[in-house]
Amino acid sequence: MLLIHCPYCEEDRSELEFRWGGEAHIARPENIAAISDEEFTEFFFLRNNEKGLTYERWRHIHGCGRFFNAARDTVSDKFLLTYKADLPKQPIAAVEEALAAAQDKVVETWEQTEGDAR
Amino acid sequence: MSSSSNIGAFRIKGAGRHTPARTARFTFDGKTYTALEGDTVASALLAHGVHLVGRSFKYHRPRGILSAGPEEPNALLDVSWDSARRQPNVRATVQEVFDGVKIASQNRWPSLKHDIGAFNDMLSPFFAAGFYYKTFMWPKEAWAKIYEPFIRRAAGLGEAPKEEDPDHYANRFAHCDVLIAGAGVAGLTTALSAAATGATVILVDEQPEVGGALHHDAATTIDGQNGYDWAQDAAARLKAMPNVTLLTRTTVFGYYNHGFLGLVERVTDHLARPGRNLPRERLWQVRAKRVVIATGAIERHMVFSNNDRPGIMLASAARSFLNHHGVALGRNVGVYTAHDSAYEAAFDLKRAGVSIAAIVDNRTDPGEAVLAEARALGIDVLTGHSVTDTSGRLRVASMTVVRNGGANARKIKIDALIMSAGWTPSVHLFSQSRGKLRFDEANQRFLPHIYTQNCVSVGGCNGTDDIADLVGEAIAAGGGSIAVTAENRFEWTGGMIGAAEGAGPDTAVKAFVDFQHDVTAKDIRLAVREGMHSIEHIKRFTTNGMASDQGKLSNMHGLAIAAEVLDRPIPQVGLTTFRAPYTPVTYGALVAHSRGELFDPARKTPMHALEAQAGAEFEDVGNWKRAWYFPRRGEDMHAAVNRECRTVRDVGGVFDASTLGKIEVVGPDAAQFLNLLYTNAWDTLKPGKSRYGIMTREDGFIYDDGVVGRLAEDRFHVTTTTGGAPRVLHHMEDYLQTEFPHLKVWLTSTTEQWAVIAVQGPKAREIIQPFVEGLDISNEAFPHMSVAECSVMGVPARLFRMSFTGELGFEVNVPADYGPDVWKAIWERAQGIGACLYGTETMHVLRAEKGYIIVGQDTDGTVTPDDAGLSWAVSKKKTDFVGIRGLKRPDLVRDGRKQLVGLMTRDPTLVLEEGAQIVADPNQPKPMTMLGHVTSAYWSENCGRSIAFALVAGGRARMGETLYVPMKETTIAVEVTDLVFFDKEGGRIHG
Amino acid sequence: MRKYSVFAIAREAMRAHKGWEQQWTSPEPRSSYDVIIVGAGGHGLGAAYYLAKEHGITNIAVIEKGWLGGGNTGRNTTIIRSNYLYEESMDIYEHSLKLWEGLSQDLNYNVMYSPRGVMMLSHNTHDMQSFKRHINANRLYGIDNEWLTPEQAKAFVPVLDIAKTARYPINGAALQRRGGTARHDAVAWGYARAASDRGVHIIQNCEVTGIRRGPNGEVQGVETSKGFIGAKKIGVSAAGHSSVVMEMAGVRVPLHSNPLQALVSEPLKPIFPCVVMSNTVHAYISQSDKGELVIGAGTDQYNSYSQTGGLQIITHTLDAICELFPIFRRVKMMRQWGGITDNTPDRSPIQGVTPVPGLFVNCGWGTGGFKATPGSANLFAHLIAKGEPHKLAAGLNLDRFRTGRLIDEAAAAAVAH
Repeated sequence: MLLIHCPYCEEDRSELEFRWGGEAHIARPENIAAISDEEFTEFFFLRNNEKGLTYERWRHIHGCGRFFNAARDTVSDKFLLTYKADLPKQPIAAVEEALAAAQDKVVETWEQTEGDAR
Repeated sequence: MSSSSNIGAFRIKGAGRHTPARTARFTFDGKTYTALEGDTVASALLAHGVHLVGRSFKYHRPRGILSAGPEEPNALLDVSWDSARRQPNVRATVQEVFDGVKIASQNRWPSLKHDIGAFNDMLSPFFAAGFYYKTFMWPKEAWAKIYEPFIRRAAGLGEAPKEEDPDHYANRFAHCDVLIAGAGVAGLTTALSAAATGATVILVDEQPEVGGALHHDAATTIDGQNGYDWAQDAAARLKAMPNVTLLTRTTVFGYYNHGFLGLVERVTDHLARPGRNLPRERLWQVRAKRVVIATGAIERHMVFSNNDRPGIMLASAARSFLNHHGVALGRNVGVYTAHDSAYEAAFDLKRAGVSIAAIVDNRTDPGEAVLAEARALGIDVLTGHSVTDTSGRLRVASMTVVRNGGANARKIKIDALIMSAGWTPSVHLFSQSRGKLRFDEANQRFLPHIYTQNCVSVGGCNGTDDIADLVGEAIAAGGGSIAVTAENRFEWTGGMIGAAEGAGPDTAVKAFVDFQHDVTAKDIRLAVREGMHSIEHIKRFTTNGMASDQGKLSNMHGLAIAAEVLDRPIPQVGLTTFRAPYTPVTYGALVAHSRGELFDPARKTPMHALEAQAGAEFEDVGNWKRAWYFPRRGEDMHAAVNRECRTVRDVGGVFDASTLGKIEVVGPDAAQFLNLLYTNAWDTLKPGKSRYGIMTREDGFIYDDGVVGRLAEDRFHVTTTTGGAPRVLHHMEDYLQTEFPHLKVWLTSTTEQWAVIAVQGPKAREIIQPFVEGLDISNEAFPHMSVAECSVMGVPARLFRMSFTGELGFEVNVPADYGPDVWKAIWERAQGIGACLYGTETMHVLRAEKGYIIVGQDTDGTVTPDDAGLSWAVSKKKTDFVGIRGLKRPDLVRDGRKQLVGLMTRDPTLVLEEGAQIVADPNQPKPMTMLGHVTSAYWSENCGRSIAFALVAGGRARMGETLYVPMKETTIAVEVTDLVFFDKEGGRIHG
Repeated sequence: MRKYSVFAIAREAMRAHKGWEQQWTSPEPRSSYDVIIVGAGGHGLGAAYYLAKEHGITNIAVIEKGWLGGGNTGRNTTIIRSNYLYEESMDIYEHSLKLWEGLSQDLNYNVMYSPRGVMMLSHNTHDMQSFKRHINANRLYGIDNEWLTPEQAKAFVPVLDIAKTARYPINGAALQRRGGTARHDAVAWGYARAASDRGVHIIQNCEVTGIRRGPNGEVQGVETSKGFIGAKKIGVSAAGHSSVVMEMAGVRVPLHSNPLQALVSEPLKPIFPCVVMSNTVHAYISQSDKGELVIGAGTDQYNSYSQTGGLQIITHTLDAICELFPIFRRVKMMRQWGGITDNTPDRSPIQGVTPVPGLFVNCGWGTGGFKATPGSANLFAHLIAKGEPHKLAAGLNLDRFRTGRLIDEAAAAAVAH
């Protein structure tokens, strides 16, 4: 069960209090009625589904009720940052470094290999 | 043998830590034995010389007790407290004996000594690993009918319980600074160190007492005390500290994300008469800031021919039975080892008066100190030798010893054999935390390497063998400054993984790697020969490591044998994943309180009790209990619903509509917000009026519906479907917070704030009139779709003039606490006038008579407003609303979409089945072309015939057409109609 | 290929099983192939087998990052059924079920397809309406699926609790008798053996790191950890990682990858005769031939490639299992694990051409891909061989998200796969 930092409550709380809200920073087109079928598909269906660093929305549904954004590694499930909904995408310094741990002499179970292969 | 004072012929006087006077009687396969309190079932049976306790999974080989701990693969027994409290597959080495417990062996018939299944052992040449993939294929049907049932009966171990479990289980959430798994020397020292810093500490150990390896290792001295005694003192000190929680008989079974751990505490399984209030087990869900893993190491067996006979045991287990339980495993014991630890077991046994037939050491260079001690004790040591076979049907009787590389085998008579191939660090929790291992080539073991969570491994599980180093590591891990001095008698060397000489080449030899699943060295070699080159393939093909001990003993051996055949270094062959739970966990403990009513709390309306008193039958709608119908004496559901339907239309009815979702939408931009969230236009709605609204998602499909009342310029009372309220609010919040944050709007769920009493029917006004204060509810002053705040029986209320029946109707909203009183008053008056109470079934029929849809029944997430005949509710003027673009997609505007229409059966007495499919040509062959399906179908007492709704391809263009509903036995002809079956002019609603 | 039979076993038993061949070979990759399939799960290996058997294409490499059958093929709860609602779904799942019925004989490998019945429990009026919609659609389409009363359901599964006092009482059930289970590993191994025998190269421990495209955007081959391997046709069947592989060709797909957990109990003597699913309380359960109760749990709510999941998912599933089968409260969980499922917005799979010439995709099977293995593989082979979908899989195309012609089994039925 994840432990999630709500940037509004400024508390670490259990995942049970939160609801995942999909990929972050996908703005609803202002001229939505006028966009093409392809643009609508892109907006509504297509997702990055990143393996590694992802930006996603959460809602502290059983807490303050606010939506916020998070940067999380989908391989380790570690949160790198959570931030308020009105902030732009936050660059995560040295994320790549942090995610690329030394591999030599490490014996992996299959699932770890699976997790690292990217 | 079994007099009450007989505590076993193999008890050693002066040995062990139990009190001789405290006995307990138990039965094993019907025979009564006496044990000492503190015995495990294993030690109690061994005390009486009972080694044969079970049969293996596949070959039904006789099996004894291999270990003294949770890694036990063989001694799995059926333990009963009473007929309902029966537990299969209990490890004899873990279960404590108590007075009166009944124990039985498993997987044998007719008896443990004479088991028909053992025939499999003779056929074993045919039953090589994976044989079942190669046969049982002919004839085609025979697998499921003949072979599989036979295999299923032969497989499995214990019998599942037959009765509902009368025990209860508990759950506790906890947080701590440090959780320490394992209370051996390393764990206790860490705890003392951490506790000294003031940190909150949870220290956990699976055994009844702390001490870990000190249970068997009687030669360690700590702070000048015998190690085991020091451990008990340390535990007492820790228990006295307010910041420490010490949990024994508790297993850390899983290490999950973000410092979350699952623990299970066995509270009563060791008690003869547990208090009724005690839970049997308690689940602990702990969020730890830091975790210290001090889980030690597990001794491995030697892999050689017939290494599975009863009487053959791990050396440390023999030592544990002797030093802790005071039980010798035999009178004349052989030793086969590749590690010094077995020597210490031999020394302890010898000193206790047990004869040691010989120590057979397959190394040429055992530790000098143990060698010297063996000589001093007069024990025969054969270095560079191997045990290549054993004999004895139900108990080991001899071992065959050969010089390595030599030919002359000799048989040595024994009545028990102890063995050690060295120690495997218990890295299970570390691996579950997703840490990465490295292979320690020198000692042939995997050790923790890269940590991904805030944890640290100390002691045996970290490969720290030297006890002084171990204590230092533990103190550092705890972060405190304390001093502990510890010393061992001997330093250990040695260890091997894989098949020993005695495993033989690929012949008929059975050298067991995994005892429970009967996986032998040759099975692993066969798997490799057949192309299984990944350790995961080998595991799955042979089932090595997949038994209930999850490979605690077998994984390393299996890996080494595979690596040898593949001629690859061990790290390249890989390691199978360590999965939770560390040891099996009772479902009941994981369920804890979530059963019955607490499994999923039922939501009940304020009037629920009154409805129950009035005789309501209830139905589940989402997690609500709703009144379904109100049968009178002698009425079945059909009769009750017919009466309710008639009465509502003739006189009136009272209905509990409280479950409808309610959301208060407030703020200067409230109308603009609703304009964006619903397909309808809201800015044109005047305060004091209400309107039916449809909500679509961006994809254009109907998401929810409901009546929305405008109470003031800036205040709307929104209703949603019963099941939809939470997701609609979430959906609204999502848009409000993230897409339209500039709008000044506040959303509040008010579903449970209002009790809603619907009063419908020609006499509805007459019924509620006397209760309404401060509002003229005449037709002129308060026409259909009006809403107002007023007072009902002196209670502040919101009154809606609305109808889901097509009759004159009102919905009285009063604060939930007043609901029952208002309901009582209204119902009393309604009853006097001749009205009835009605439930959801009647509501469904009445709304269907009028052509009103139910979202979720007549729509299914693929239906657009136009499909449902509701295009009038989609604003053509708005430039934006959620769904505006989705609705224009090619497939949503094509011809021939399924549209909601009415159906009338040609035979008016036939009621269609909801879910029935509709075709144009009933005589076409299968697969038939289906035009759609029946979404709602009822007997309409008011129409005197059956009525139905259906989603039909191109339905609105088919008015008057005859279609067919082919049922299993018959085909029903239907005519396509519009949706309104009753009062087509719609005059009644304005009455 | 040496035929497996009881006689072959008898012969080998006499000589310590020394004579068995490798079930599949592990060749070094050639510089190019006619077809490359990314992902050696059941779907990918099966597609290679059917390409060789039915379309005469044998110069194929199946490239696998880990070990064959190690993804969702080897991690699922092995449920097989075809009683879906929409014609597009019925087409492919029934095609699959028919292939299951003869798969052991076709592959000469006992995949232990066991038609012991799949029962779905109905708990309320909504379930009943939905199940009857399925049953009627299935019947008119020629697929078996029947309604049982609670008493009939209990007769079929004696350990079921049908008490009216239950929190979610059972008001009936839908039963597909031809539904059941199969041995998951054997499916991967059987296809691997049969494909390898027909000349297909199975290249394990080889990770695809890129998809190389030519001047017109067409595929030319794959970059791998063992170097570049050329091919004019590439089929991606990499469940759990479809987004990652498709991204290499610049194709975005409407998928979410979510952890899905499952667990087994300690082995028990036979107690549970079929597969039971309940969507309302979120549980599904069967008993393996080894005697373990095999229980499928839910997916975690967030995207993840971690193959782990929260304990709360497991406990919630067991809550439901113990409500339906109170006698199981004393049974013990022996092992839990996770896989990564690709989930589409309409919970139906995607199989079809892509905007990239020569690139074909088979993904999005969500939590239900195992049952589709033979059918999906068979139709994927057709797609790759002919360059256009078989009529039974035509509706599963990627374009449906643009047109809105979704196959929304989840919305229509609220039934888990």
